[in-house]
Amino acid sequence: MPILNKAIVFKQENCGDGLQKALNMKPIDILFAVRESGLKGRGGAGFPAGSKWMLASAAQSDKKYVICNADEGEPGTFKDRLLLTEFTEQVFNGMTICGYAIGAHHGFVYLRGEYSYMIDEMQATLQQLHNSGRLGKNILGSGFDFDIEIRLGSGAYVCGEESALIESLEGNRGEPRNRPPYPANTGYMGFPTVVNNVETLATVPILINKGVDWFTSIGTEKSRGTKLISVSGDVDRPGVYEIPYGTTIMEIIEMAGARDVKAVQVGGASGICIPEAELHRNISFEDVPTGGSIIVFNNSRDMLKILENFMEFFTEESCGQCTPCRIGNKKLLDGVFMIERGECSVQYLRELISLGETMQVASKCGLGQSSPNSFITIMKHFGDEILSKY
Amino acid sequence: MSDNAYKDRIPVSQQALVIENNEPEKIGGTINIEINGTPYKVPFGMTILESCKMHNIHIPTLCFHEDLCIAGVCRICLVEVEGMRTLQASCAYPITQSIKIHTSSEKVRKARRHILDLMISDHYGECYSCNRNNNCELQKLAKEYGVDFYRYGHVQEPFYEVDKSSYSVVRDMNKCILCRRCVRTCIDLQEVGALDAVNRGYDTKITTFLDKPLAEVICINCGQCINRCPTGALRANDPSDEIWEAIDNPQKHVVIQTAPSPRAAIGEEFGLPAGTSLTNELNTALKMIGFDKVFDTNFTADLTIMEEGTELLLRLKSALVDKDPNVKLPQFTSCSPGWVKYIEHFYPEYLDHLSTAKSPQQMFGAVIKTFYAQEENIDPANIVSVALMPCSAKKFECNRPEMDSSGFKDVDYGLTTRELAQMIKEAGIYLPELSKSKFDEPFGEASGAGLIFGATGGVMEAALRTAYELVTGRPVPFENLEVLPCRGMEGVRQASVHLENVKPEWSFLEGVDLNFMIAHGTANAEKVMEALRRGELNDIHFIEVMACPGGCIGGGGQPIPTSLEIRKKRAEAIYKEDEGLPIRKSHENPHVQYIYEKFLTDGPCGHLSHKLLHTGYVKRGSYIA
Ligand SMILES: Cc1cc2nc3c(=O)[nH]c(=O)nc-3n(C[C@H](O)[C@H](O)[C@H](O)COP(=O)(O)O)c2cc1C
Ligand code: SF4
Repeated sequence: MPILNKAIVFKQENCGDGLQKALNMKPIDILFAVRESGLKGRGGAGFPAGSKWMLASAAQSDKKYVICNADEGEPGTFKDRLLLTEFTEQVFNGMTICGYAIGAHHGFVYLRGEYSYMIDEMQATLQQLHNSGRLGKNILGSGFDFDIEIRLGSGAYVCGEESALIESLEGNRGEPRNRPPYPANTGYMGFPTVVNNVETLATVPILINKGVDWFTSIGTEKSRGTKLISVSGDVDRPGVYEIPYGTTIMEIIEMAGARDVKAVQVGGASGICIPEAELHRNISFEDVPTGGSIIVFNNSRDMLKILENFMEFFTEESCGQCTPCRIGNKKLLDGVFMIERGECSVQYLRELISLGETMQVASKCGLGQSSPNSFITIMKHFGDEILSKY
Repeated sequence: MSDNAYKDRIPVSQQALVIENNEPEKIGGTINIEINGTPYKVPFGMTILESCKMHNIHIPTLCFHEDLCIAGVCRICLVEVEGMRTLQASCAYPITQSIKIHTSSEKVRKARRHILDLMISDHYGECYSCNRNNNCELQKLAKEYGVDFYRYGHVQEPFYEVDKSSYSVVRDMNKCILCRRCVRTCIDLQEVGALDAVNRGYDTKITTFLDKPLAEVICINCGQCINRCPTGALRANDPSDEIWEAIDNPQKHVVIQTAPSPRAAIGEEFGLPAGTSLTNELNTALKMIGFDKVFDTNFTADLTIMEEGTELLLRLKSALVDKDPNVKLPQFTSCSPGWVKYIEHFYPEYLDHLSTAKSPQQMFGAVIKTFYAQEENIDPANIVSVALMPCSAKKFECNRPEMDSSGFKDVDYGLTTRELAQMIKEAGIYLPELSKSKFDEPFGEASGAGLIFGATGGVMEAALRTAYELVTGRPVPFENLEVLPCRGMEGVRQASVHLENVKPEWSFLEGVDLNFMIAHGTANAEKVMEALRRGELNDIHFIEVMACPGGCIGGGGQPIPTSLEIRKKRAEAIYKEDEGLPIRKSHENPHVQYIYEKFLTDGPCGHLSHKLLHTGYVKRGSYIA
């Protein structure tokens, strides 16, 4: 499964030997390089990777951990799958570089349960890295030791949230933790832990190989580099596209062959719905950020059915610990059903949108905070259409 | 808590950051913050909730309980922290920076109201048909926030079947708001783990292993979850209807024994501050309600001391004189039925360490339907024996099949403090204003030793007062008989008493240090048991364990709410009452002397005592098929 358009960062010829280069640098210089590159997390939240690594590096502890978040559970997102199969080594090298930079000697890949079919090949790559001295003891003669272990998730979307992921790794129920403290301070087993998305980590060795200046020349002021986007829905060529930040949504869906577009869901079920009139908006942290998914809906689609689908997802996938998310999503779903039955007053719909706004600020983790996004944006752009139809 | 205590709240790694930034004075120091526009100083690392409490700023809470670890799940305690996009759970937010907080801004009030409306929409039940009416935290919040309609609807039908399988704890999950206090109580505070959350999303619920009835799992019946449940989702199995029926039946001779802890706490149910003993007022009330006789459980607490103390001395003799390798030391107390079930489940291989003496409740049961029935010439079949206890596990205990040594069910009903308060109110009685009256003969007033059983360490103190004097002929060497090392609220305590110039018949104890330990709350019991398993307790002779934090005064049948503060006040009330009693040693209780002269004529641990006052245990294990 290759990148469907012309790749920019994720080209094999860019990879070189980023690991060797990194190990020739001092850890502190890597931290600064990653910070200066402006690399932000590709998993959704967009936290600057350099700052996260620096926090973990500054934390004093005899043990630290690196976790590669390969849970890729957001509906419509499948770009990490591409990296895990086509750029496996770069993902692992990115983890090793992170470990070297922050002083960790152990890494975990938390692999989405549905991706278990990949595990044999990933293990084989790990073995090759071991055999060639690029993993294990005294990596490439640098004196630095690092090991990577693959752990399988078992199908809970919330376990992609970093603190729930850590709970799950520890053998507990996958439920997000209170923060602060953040994982960079108190993570796996209480030790400082960097959790990064597959794409973030895979970018690092290439960034080190090609240099910070090369990297910062791509993208926009506040969004450096490129983003892998999984495009699906009503398009002729669904698949993964690599775009420099700042590319408009229109450009992306045209590449994928979209016609007769009614709306685009950016960022999966937890993302926002962009109507046709706003397709000139661009993918970047300044405008429309995303973990990497675009779902295209053409004019034949019923937005309420789409919303019903999303809300059903969250009602089931909430971890169930906090009130706004556990019950709130159910109320929003019930609201959708009420609309379908023609039983929802305009007044109650307003009440539900207001509830959604509370969920955005009152939920304990990103799941509950983002789950009402689609309800709110679909109602904002298509509310009249929906109410007139039902 | 000292300011420095908050240091522990800050992850070590974060402390390191502070030190690296050359701000080490922050740790253990104070920090300037602003709450609702007013500047305050608070200890570094203190949570927003605690800081606000310290400065008398009210923030509502639900999943927070001061005995438990932080959950941050109900979200009702949200506040606005300037500069942060989302609202923050104040219970879970340690202050490490000079932040500005708003506890009641529009955003906060709207969010709280929505959260509350969500909880209410998902909560089945009507307040007037709930046993927590007027003492429910959800109801209180609804009032505080002026809830006057169901914004998001209301559950019309119960969804879960009420689990009444347990003699002790009733679970009505239709009223559960998933604050998880019970889970944290059961897992963290008590280290039992009978309850946990299962499923995800809207299907999340609190349940037992494989959804089994509570009676079939490893629940020890301590009822600590009941005391910490904010709503009516957990309650004790209430026998008051049956008791009213017995009272109303002229054929029945209804007697009640009252334990000291309920007497020190029942005032709370009538609005009095914690730590007000109403022992003698209660005697009056019980007669007014219609009980035929009111007895003091302390009588059999004194009897327990005689039996359990003798058992200990016999074990010591076997170990020291006969060098019997099979004798089990340390000996554990057995008066806490929650603890008994705990050891039966989790450490069944150590059951031989448990004293075979029954608890005071069950001793009294056996004595009432034998000795008392004989003395008063009443057919024991017509006696209904009720026990007022601070405890939910006592309900289970009196239903244990082996508790029938009188030839009948020794104790018919275990009644909790809360349930009796309800009966008294139903009878139209305002307890605090009643005149005082005495306990009934033939058991009369008991000793202060029996009384202090109610607080953690009390059994040990009472036992020492008697054992030391039996062995040496002198009173225990503590001023005013207050064996201070036994007192306090530390989870595990250890001390020893040196025996010298002993009486000739106890010469084998000359120069021996009697080493004892005290633990309360089964999480602490676990620590003791693990130490025992590691072979670290070989020189310990006697260990008191109470299942509930604080001992019986913190029992699962006591008034709600509970906190360390409240438990300390109740304990103080008990110690104060002891101080004022004429008799403060079990062996000096004349009624105890009388029963050994007249009835249990072969003495403590003799043949008849063995039949009536001692019992056996069940190896339950923690595996549930
Ligand atoms: C409900 C939820 C699900 C998430 N799922 C994923 C995921 O599947 N993969 C991922 O990389 N990040 C996911 N995240 C984001 C992670 O919490 C975290 O921010 C990310 O792994 C950090 O890596 P990054 O900084 O490299 O993006 C999720 C967050 C939430 C709230
Ligand atoms: S927001 Fe949802 S997923 Fe996150 S902690 Fe709350 S209930 Fe769990």
